[in-house]
Amino acid sequence: MLHNLRQLLRYRGLIQSLVARELKARYRGSVLGFFWSFINPLLLLLIYSFVFAVVLPGTHPAEIEPYALFMFCGILPWTWFSSSLSESANVLIGHGNLIKKVLFPAEILPIVTVLANMVHFFLGLPILIGFLIYYWRPLTFVELLWFPVVVLVQALLTTGLALILSALTVHFRDIRDLLSNLLTFWFFATPIIYPMNQAVNQAPDFARNLLNLNPFTHLAISYQEILFYPGPFGHWRWLLALGAASVVLFLIGYFLFDRLRDSFAEEV
Amino acid sequence: MAAGNAIEVRDVSKVYRRYGHRRQFATLKSAILSGSFVSDLKADETFEALKGVSFDVAKGRTYGIIGRNGSGKSTMLKCVAGITRPTRGTVTVNGRISALIELGAGFHPEISGRENVFINGIMLGLSKKEITKRFDEIVRFAELEDFIDAPVKTYSSGMYMRLGFAVAIHVDPDVLLVDEVLAVGDEGFTHKCLDKFGEFRRRGKTILLVTHSLGLVERFCDEALWLEAGRVRGTGDPRRVVGAYVTAVEEGEEALLAREDARAREDVAAHVAAGGPPVATPHDPVAVGGATPAAEPTPTDMFLASSGRWGSREVEIAGVTLIGDEGPGHVFHASEKLIVRLAVTAAAPVTDFVFGFGLFNADGVCVYGTNTDLEDLDPAEIRGTGQVDFVIEPLGLIEGTYKIDVAVHRRDGYPYDYHRLLYTFRVKSRTKDVGIYRPPHRWVFSDGVKLTTRI
Repeated sequence: MLHNLRQLLRYRGLIQSLVARELKARYRGSVLGFFWSFINPLLLLLIYSFVFAVVLPGTHPAEIEPYALFMFCGILPWTWFSSSLSESANVLIGHGNLIKKVLFPAEILPIVTVLANMVHFFLGLPILIGFLIYYWRPLTFVELLWFPVVVLVQALLTTGLALILSALTVHFRDIRDLLSNLLTFWFFATPIIYPMNQAVNQAPDFARNLLNLNPFTHLAISYQEILFYPGPFGHWRWLLALGAASVVLFLIGYFLFDRLRDSFAEEV
Repeated sequence: MAAGNAIEVRDVSKVYRRYGHRRQFATLKSAILSGSFVSDLKADETFEALKGVSFDVAKGRTYGIIGRNGSGKSTMLKCVAGITRPTRGTVTVNGRISALIELGAGFHPEISGRENVFINGIMLGLSKKEITKRFDEIVRFAELEDFIDAPVKTYSSGMYMRLGFAVAIHVDPDVLLVDEVLAVGDEGFTHKCLDKFGEFRRRGKTILLVTHSLGLVERFCDEALWLEAGRVRGTGDPRRVVGAYVTAVEEGEEALLAREDARAREDVAAHVAAGGPPVATPHDPVAVGGATPAAEPTPTDMFLASSGRWGSREVEIAGVTLIGDEGPGHVFHASEKLIVRLAVTAAAPVTDFVFGFGLFNADGVCVYGTNTDLEDLDPAEIRGTGQVDFVIEPLGLIEGTYKIDVAVHRRDGYPYDYHRLLYTFRVKSRTKDVGIYRPPHRWVFSDGVKLTTRI
């Protein structure tokens, strides 16, 4: 396993070009091309703003304004997370040709999926920055230093899950269908369209515990604290704990993937 | 690993697991219930594709693997390539491998040929710099100068394969694994590939070739391995191994044709027993000549006619045996003598009878038809049991599958016993000439024209 992990470093060139290929191929043939990376999150935001600011204006606490910006802080990383997972469930089966016919380190595929979606996430950031400037939100330099840490933790967590999902889906195709439902549930079980303190105050205990157990809760809160709420970044203990857990999860995921590796060529 | 060996395969077995649909469903359920995924990934039904295969390929040799479909050739190649791991045994390869297993397997249809060359090259183990250096050569070899910037999805399958081949071959491997890929291009490209292989050989690279093209193995390989149902049936000199393989294939075909023939005759017997019409058809291909020489059938009728048996059985053809140089059989060489032996019986003496023979190729074209009447043989009497031999010497047919008609009928065409297309045999020939007829011939050259016999 350690040997294979070292091998992974040797393949960075391949990972790089595959991520580039993924991005190029994604919008090839569409008129707007790369602009979709901006437009997609913007449209999503529009939908949620319509529902929660126009149709149901009373559902969020008054101090969470502008609400659109608040939601955007969570939706953007969530899109990275959820598309990575749902794509990586398909990635080994979809690239069956490579696994069956070419000597190819399969773990590159889920990793490329996560990284390509990360690039989309980065491409969405300018919109977020535009919002921040438009609303003239105060940002402190020290808080912004935490931003790459949050991104790194999310990348590790997502990659670990992507490895597990991609390896297991080869054997249990049902995971693909389970996953899409699970992700919908997961989205609503994460303080993205509602603030955490509202949930803490109003929801019953078990729901609060569930929220706290949800790893993405702490990522979402971290993003919100850094980009939305004024004041110092107070969630860093949770974030670091999650970071440590993500490292463990990544290793577990890699171990599982490595164990199942030999079966891929036969099962995809 | 012994010095001088490029590939060492030791006692390699490969077991594939097979799941039924129900089984897979059960796996998911039990996996969720017991919470242990890895231990449940075991199927009870297994299929052993390779059973203890061992062989060595010395550096710089070209090694051919032959065998029928499903004999484990491709699995062997994948084990050597490292794509699948053998269940038991070891495979050791010395040097950089490039596997021409599926050409262009990693191509992405949406992006240009140029970008695909780079990504495919990196996948196969080249660095960006190496690809840049070889890029023009790759494109020239693939003959795609004009299309290299078009997305790969617009390529024809030939272009796709050529590009895949060009990239794989320019990886400059020490060991090249080839799986039946020479069939991809047109004639010209195939020659180019063979030239490239030749160049590899001259440069002392090792080639492992899996193919159905036996001629290629004989001409091209230093050594051959014959796999049969996952086991090594023979190794060594390619000519000898190919010869043994061809013999075995013919024996298999022989058995198959014998079974088919038996089934055709059973069908007919069942049909007659069920009250089918045992009467002559108006277009009776063998009942030509005699009283109605003008009623010669056209090939269209032959084509439409299906197999069957009919007649009054006053004279009966009780059995038909095809006999070649090595006794009765169904597969014969073009150079052999073929005897079509009819066992005939007449319960009461008959004085008006004609024996006929018709030969049809796989397209239903009548290759030849004759009868005793056409050849000026007048019947005297047939009584009791007897034997009629139709001798063709040499067989002299083009390679292919043939069916025959045999019949005995009255001179006016009234059928005693008519066997329509009930007997099948196959002709093998070293010469792959074409047509429906091979006239006896030879080539004669004057002094200025020099040819040598290919070995």
